[in-house]
Amino acid sequence: MKYLNEYRNLEATKGYLKLIAQTVTRPWQIMEICGGQTHSLVRNGILELLPEEVQMIHGPGCPVCVTPLQLIDKAVALLEQNVIVCSFGDMVRVPGSSKSLLEAKAIGGDLRILYSPMEAIKIARENPDKEVVFFAVGFETTAPANALSVLHAQKEGLTNYAILVSHVLVPPAMEGILEDKFCNINAFLGAGHVCAIMGMHEYYPLAEKYKIPIVITGFEPLDLVEGIYMSVKQLEEGRYEVENQYARVVKEAGNPEAKKIIDTVFEVGDRAWRGLGVIPNSGYVLKKTYQAYDAEVKFGIQAMTAPENPDCIAGQILKGIKKPHQCSQFGKTCTPANPLGAPMVSSEGACAAYYHYANNLISS
Amino acid sequence: MDSTNKGYTSINLGHGSGGLMTRELLDSHIFKTFSNPYLDQKHDGAIFNIEGPIAVSTDSFVVSPIFFKGGNIGELAVHGTVNDVAMCGAIPKFITLSFIVEEGLSIADFTTIINSIKSAADKSGVQVITGDTKVVERGKGDKIFINTTGFGAVHPKADIAASNIRSGDKIIVNGHLAQHGMAIMSQREGLEFESTIVSDTTNLNFMVKDLLDAFGSQIHLLRDPTRGGLASILSEIAEDIKKGIQLKETSLPIEKQVAAACEILGLDPLYVANEGVFVAVIDKAIEAEVLALMRKDSKGKFATCVGEVTSEHPGKVVMQSAIGGKRIVSPLIGEQLPRIC
Repeated sequence: MKYLNEYRNLEATKGYLKLIAQTVTRPWQIMEICGGQTHSLVRNGILELLPEEVQMIHGPGCPVCVTPLQLIDKAVALLEQNVIVCSFGDMVRVPGSSKSLLEAKAIGGDLRILYSPMEAIKIARENPDKEVVFFAVGFETTAPANALSVLHAQKEGLTNYAILVSHVLVPPAMEGILEDKFCNINAFLGAGHVCAIMGMHEYYPLAEKYKIPIVITGFEPLDLVEGIYMSVKQLEEGRYEVENQYARVVKEAGNPEAKKIIDTVFEVGDRAWRGLGVIPNSGYVLKKTYQAYDAEVKFGIQAMTAPENPDCIAGQILKGIKKPHQCSQFGKTCTPANPLGAPMVSSEGACAAYYHYANNLISS
Repeated sequence: MDSTNKGYTSINLGHGSGGLMTRELLDSHIFKTFSNPYLDQKHDGAIFNIEGPIAVSTDSFVVSPIFFKGGNIGELAVHGTVNDVAMCGAIPKFITLSFIVEEGLSIADFTTIINSIKSAADKSGVQVITGDTKVVERGKGDKIFINTTGFGAVHPKADIAASNIRSGDKIIVNGHLAQHGMAIMSQREGLEFESTIVSDTTNLNFMVKDLLDAFGSQIHLLRDPTRGGLASILSEIAEDIKKGIQLKETSLPIEKQVAAACEILGLDPLYVANEGVFVAVIDKAIEAEVLALMRKDSKGKFATCVGEVTSEHPGKVVMQSAIGGKRIVSPLIGEQLPRIC
């Protein structure tokens, strides 16, 4: 398989691990932003292959984990109003205040698990007498397709389609973490697929302002060990630059066509992050001209709120202040079968990744 | 067999009434197709003899879509139960066959399913000895559900029990993983994608019999990793026997196309369902002979050793990743759901 086995090569990986070990002279904490990277690090057993000086901190880049509880409740409320709710698979098991989307489906809600919002457009077209809502979660990566679905609905004159938006942006989250007084991050692995859309320009001011290396990194084992090596090398040499490990996918300017589609439909606005609270200018909201496609407005559910479970320390996990197994609820009252908070639900959530793949690391 | 039923083109509630319409449907579809001395008695049940210890297994089949690449719900219902009986170290002989049909299923589809059941039963060497047909209102079922129960004679040389497993035992699978689940996935509403992945649904009882003939009690355990995939079965075994299981990622037999589809959908092939795969935990001394025997069978061509039982990390399955790291393979929790990015 092109671009897959090459990046899971034992010898090449060993080579980078050796370089990391030879380069590192003191402890460093590196945060991988994206949940996909966390998943790969743990699933491939990379954490235990790193020298002990290099500590990986698992960042907030799991869209499921940072989607606020009230958004789940809103989606459940739509299901209860006989709306066809379409969602990526990850979202459906996340517990809301009273129930998850999957539980709402079990008692009669019409929930569809999709891979693409364009499928939701098809469903809206085929069900003209029903309302259809796509649960538009995710970072910059999923925003173009979600925006495109709105443009298609407009073009086709589909008045029964709307999106429930919970789009968040990576750079403001990084800034939020860096501003936290408990922040102990020395370098970032940038989220490769986010940068494939957005490009690299947003990261230069961050690296400069906080004097922190940012290495845009891919998701395969070899990508990750190379990204970690590039970070360690910068740290040891006292540099703080934006570097691109994932050059086979990420271009300096990103994907201009995708950005144009985002800018047509969305504008930057304040967003609540689960566990982190409201971060100013940290997400996308639908532009006024596209408000007809805003499910919150259309169904009058803007005002719904929901308090988080006080036992869940998702905020500290997402900021990298605590590791999953340092939570007193981890693996006890909080398990993937019965999660207290979102990081235990999504396969990309740090808690679930630790629970599934790394309890050997934790118990030993 | 006729694909119409006295002018009806689809099944309706009358076909489940127990009256004349039911009789006609059974006569034209069930009794004619599966005719054998047990069924032909037309009793409320069947009377049969099996010498020695008997293995019984029951299973209900609710797969959607009912027709998929490589098979349909009918043959799946035969293979699933035949394989479960075989995993007990037994030679399957008889199966029962019960349908719950949603009104509106076309007689043509019903006929195709019946014919597949007949063909799968013949190939597996089992006879349908009794059954039942119920019809439910539209919206109360999903086209057709099938329950089968299988009976088999335990092989005289078999001694299948998790308690027989020793450290050092080898873990063998007969073929490629994750084929069935990915074939179904590629046809699910909302997830359709172009692929030529076909389900691996098949009967495994003859290969199991060959193994038991040749190696008897040196075959310690047999399981078929259907729902939950290989990961869930092995986790269950490790927990039961309080020993560890070591897997090697690079040894897992996964077809390129299936691996690619799993990557695209964000699914782990270790958790994806199989319908023509079994796991044999065997004495390490017979590894080479077992593999040689299995590879002679077309259903065992890709037989391979994927790991072994160890006294380390009791109760846990640990896999060595392709890049030399280690990870725990935990059982599947809930349904495996596709990831976002």
